[in-house]
Amino acid sequence: MENMIEVKDLRKEFKSHSSRSGLKGAFRDLFTRQYKVVPAVNDISFTVKRGEMVGYIGENGAGKSTSIKMLTGILTPTSGIVRVNGMDPHKEREQFVRSIGVVFGQRSQLWWDIAVQESFRLLKKVYNVPDDVYKKHMGHVIESLDIGPLLDKPVRKLSLGQRMRCELAAALLHNPPLLFLDEPTIGLDVLVKLKIREFLKEMNATYNTTVLLTTHDLSDIEALCERVVMLDEGKIIYDGQLESLRSNWGEGKQIEFQFANAGVTKEELQPLLAELDGAWTPGDRQNVWIANVLNEEHVISEVIGRVAAAHKITDLKVHEISIEDIIRNIYEEGVTNG
Amino acid sequence: MGKYIEMIRIRFLMMLAYRTNYYSGILIYSINIGAYYFLWNAIYGEKGSIEGMSALQMTSYVAIAWMARAFYFNNIDREIAQEIKEGKVAVELIRPYNYLLMKTMQGLGEGIFRLSFFSLPGMIIVSLIFPIAFSANPATWLLFAVSLVFSFLINMQINLLTGILTFFFYNNTGLIRAKRVVIDLFSGLLLPISFFPAWAQQVMNYLPFQGISYVPSMIFTESFTQPQIIHAVLFQIIWVLILILPIQMIWLIARKQLVVQGG
Repeated sequence: MENMIEVKDLRKEFKSHSSRSGLKGAFRDLFTRQYKVVPAVNDISFTVKRGEMVGYIGENGAGKSTSIKMLTGILTPTSGIVRVNGMDPHKEREQFVRSIGVVFGQRSQLWWDIAVQESFRLLKKVYNVPDDVYKKHMGHVIESLDIGPLLDKPVRKLSLGQRMRCELAAALLHNPPLLFLDEPTIGLDVLVKLKIREFLKEMNATYNTTVLLTTHDLSDIEALCERVVMLDEGKIIYDGQLESLRSNWGEGKQIEFQFANAGVTKEELQPLLAELDGAWTPGDRQNVWIANVLNEEHVISEVIGRVAAAHKITDLKVHEISIEDIIRNIYEEGVTNG
Repeated sequence: MGKYIEMIRIRFLMMLAYRTNYYSGILIYSINIGAYYFLWNAIYGEKGSIEGMSALQMTSYVAIAWMARAFYFNNIDREIAQEIKEGKVAVELIRPYNYLLMKTMQGLGEGIFRLSFFSLPGMIIVSLIFPIAFSANPATWLLFAVSLVFSFLINMQINLLTGILTFFFYNNTGLIRAKRVVIDLFSGLLLPISFFPAWAQQVMNYLPFQGISYVPSMIFTESFTQPQIIHAVLFQIIWVLILILPIQMIWLIARKQLVVQGG
């Protein structure tokens, strides 16, 4: 399969001026300013194949947005090579942007004061979409996103969920082979999220649309992406399958016990995990303790058996370690101890 | 080209969405025209003409200057500044069109809206209240229309220039305000250029501002002779061409070191 996105040693530096302190400092700032060069994206390299759905994650300020802006041709890289869909996004901007769709979750690209369909009409003209293609493709998009009744309303009267679905439809109006989604589900309720995910999966299956998704909601990534690229301080710290992330860092299971008697202590519980290589952590409520153990049948049943025999329990849950926990661990401890 | 025409239509719709702005606009323009009418009448007093213009030509000048302003004036500079400040310019840059040309078209859409729903009805109302001389010569009207298009272009280019300077200053409300005062004064809206002292007229021959308001208003009131008209329209065309240069240059530099503000 051919590469949709090729990034090599991509770097973006920002000059930020630091203000001197105090009144005297402010006066000195008027004449000479001190600049600091900060790399927001620090020599990253990766490729994305056609038809892949990739999750692009990282904490606030990790460099996600900056790199997306370079991939979409908005920002000029300080150094490095970017080829997206065989083009240089910045140099061939007008030609290039015809082949991408972008959704910025925090910023609307529809015209605020006019009806949604007027925005669509303008975009149809902007992207030169022929009438029959538009009718067929958009008819389907409008139906799957269920936005038919919203088309004659001005954007400012839509709720966030309604607006987001319209934004997505607008980004896909010219049926681009590549879609950038920058936090598309921010602030949305579960139903809208599910609808959007379903729709993206369908687009990917029908048109082989490549999707690069940034989000803070890891359930989006779990639902859509097989591969994740993880950024921290402008560097890629993990690039690989989501599944292997789980198997490398999240091997164990968590068994949550709620005890009937108050005052169960760690010291009392500790012997119950003898020879089983596990650890107890306090739960988030009173009398709740969590046993972190290996994901093996006999270990799990042994632990449950021993604990149930020794103490009265009122509730019992078995959890898989969530992706969120894994990622938190990676950020806290670094990748090395995996 | 279709997309640019579509943008004019969209702007038209946006103007219609905010009708109250439009009503208050009519009121403000009428008050301005009225105030200048009485002011100029007081200045003229018993005098038949000043600097070659009669009192009637002067009142017509004032009325048409304000009505023309409704067509060429827009807040695109402030809009651009705001889009840059809020980082919305990022969304514009992922579209396959020329941002500055699109903004010009939005300005044109706004201008056409104001011309048809504001200037024309406004002019009829004003002509009922104050004595205003309309030319019967169709050539005058045609030349006026031509020079009005150029005055729109010059004003638009200056707006684009002040707008995109936000890339470098981050907050240039002051510059935008200063620009507005300079244009109102030096374009001949408040005072015909021929009323300025000779040295100031000399200086203004090297600046684009009189192409915005003075030229079309003088053509409309038939205060220019034939060769003067040709000279004035050429003056406008030359400035439209000259102004393309700094706009393109600043735009290119800005795109290179663009910082999208706010994440």
